[in-house]
Amino acid sequence: MTRIAIIDYGMGNLRSVAKALEHVAPHAQITVTHDRTAILHADRVVFPGQGSIRDCLRELAHWDLLDVVREAAFNKPFLGLCLGPQALLEFSEENGGVECLKILPGRVVWFGELRDSVSGERLKVPHMGWNQVHQLMDHPLWQGIPQDSRFYFVHSYYLQPADMALVVGQTDYGFTFASAIARDNLFAVQFHPEKSAQAGLRLLANFADWNP
Amino acid sequence: MGLAKRIIPCLDVDRGRVVKGVKFVEIRDAGDPVEIARRYDEQGADELTFLDITASSDDRETMVHVVEQVAAEVFIPLTVGGGIRTLDDVRRMLNAGADKVSINTAAIARPEFVREAAERFGNQCIVVAIDAKAVHAESESPHWEIFTHGGRRPTGIDAVEWAQRMTEYGAGEILLTSMDRDGTKRGFDLELTRAISEAVSVPVIASGGVGTLDHLADGILLGKADAVLAASIFHFAEYTIEQTKRHMQDRGIEVRL
Repeated sequence: MTRIAIIDYGMGNLRSVAKALEHVAPHAQITVTHDRTAILHADRVVFPGQGSIRDCLRELAHWDLLDVVREAAFNKPFLGLCLGPQALLEFSEENGGVECLKILPGRVVWFGELRDSVSGERLKVPHMGWNQVHQLMDHPLWQGIPQDSRFYFVHSYYLQPADMALVVGQTDYGFTFASAIARDNLFAVQFHPEKSAQAGLRLLANFADWNP
Repeated sequence: MGLAKRIIPCLDVDRGRVVKGVKFVEIRDAGDPVEIARRYDEQGADELTFLDITASSDDRETMVHVVEQVAAEVFIPLTVGGGIRTLDDVRRMLNAGADKVSINTAAIARPEFVREAAERFGNQCIVVAIDAKAVHAESESPHWEIFTHGGRRPTGIDAVEWAQRMTEYGAGEILLTSMDRDGTKRGFDLELTRAISEAVSVPVIASGGVGTLDHLADGILLGKADAVLAASIFHFAEYTIEQTKRHMQDRGIEVRL
């Protein structure tokens, strides 16, 4: 039985993530935990995030989980969600500038004043709602998900990886940004698969079966 | 390619039961929030909003269980409003599986509550609900005021200024209801919707008065709303969510189909 640990460092509700995983992987053992040992012994790790990046990193340090996240991100199937992928990069502009985990090269940047590239109309921030993700390459986690499927997003900052080879999915909102990044055993998405109906559930099912 | 405009059915819940009669064909239990939520998800609803209209605070705990049950089976965003007055109310709803809470009266009673909730839980999960009514004479320039108690009690607060202030305090979204139009089936107050949407940087959900599919499309195209919320036209199966989206697409609106 595959053991999936959802890292709980006190930043909001992880119940939906757990329920969605239980729904697609009924035989997996799914735990929401901040226990170092449980995370180290898990077969797969989900790294979610909500709220602000400063609080996120502070809470990770508070629960003594920084090295555990790093270990998982390099060694086992690892899925970052929403604020998760932002924390994996080197630096975020949020909260006046925050040094992040530096697991992947790149920065997290504020959307700022946005206009639609065609109509010129002002775009709202946060980027909230269902937007398309264009898959840039085949990947086991995209399996069975139609090209340009819509996923649910809520964010005001976006991923700007330094290495374009990391980008496996991109989305348009005034311009084109990286909405999914991957490297080896790691896959991380800016959107919320647990709130993205069929497409999101398929991605989570793919993760539960993924053997990189 | 781009962000889809959202269609949001709104369900009134009283002591754990959906009220104002939802009339789907072949529904086993028209009052079961889980079954109704699942139907709307299957039809392609982009989000669901639950409004707790339970009068007694003793029965409020019931709403937490409703959210838990729905969130365990329906994997689209859920917003819960009605009776959210303390940080603990917010926390319990989010922990139960709500993605956002909608704050209305408590924000008027103490605006700092919105700031505290946004700082604690993040702007993305704090929706401020605004109930507004036109208070200008026909010859005057448009002006709307916030009303409470179902539109009966004026507050003297200007709706546009209030929306801006709530956004500064950390509201991640505005749920705007025209109390002049609510229940009339005459369409949104488009002038009000547009005034608020253009005044704030965050998404605005238009609500109140929907009677036809064109009303929904007008809310987006003319009111500049980012999402539209309706109750009766969906509940009474006058239109399915899919029909609604096809109609909006025909009018040039980007939707999730």
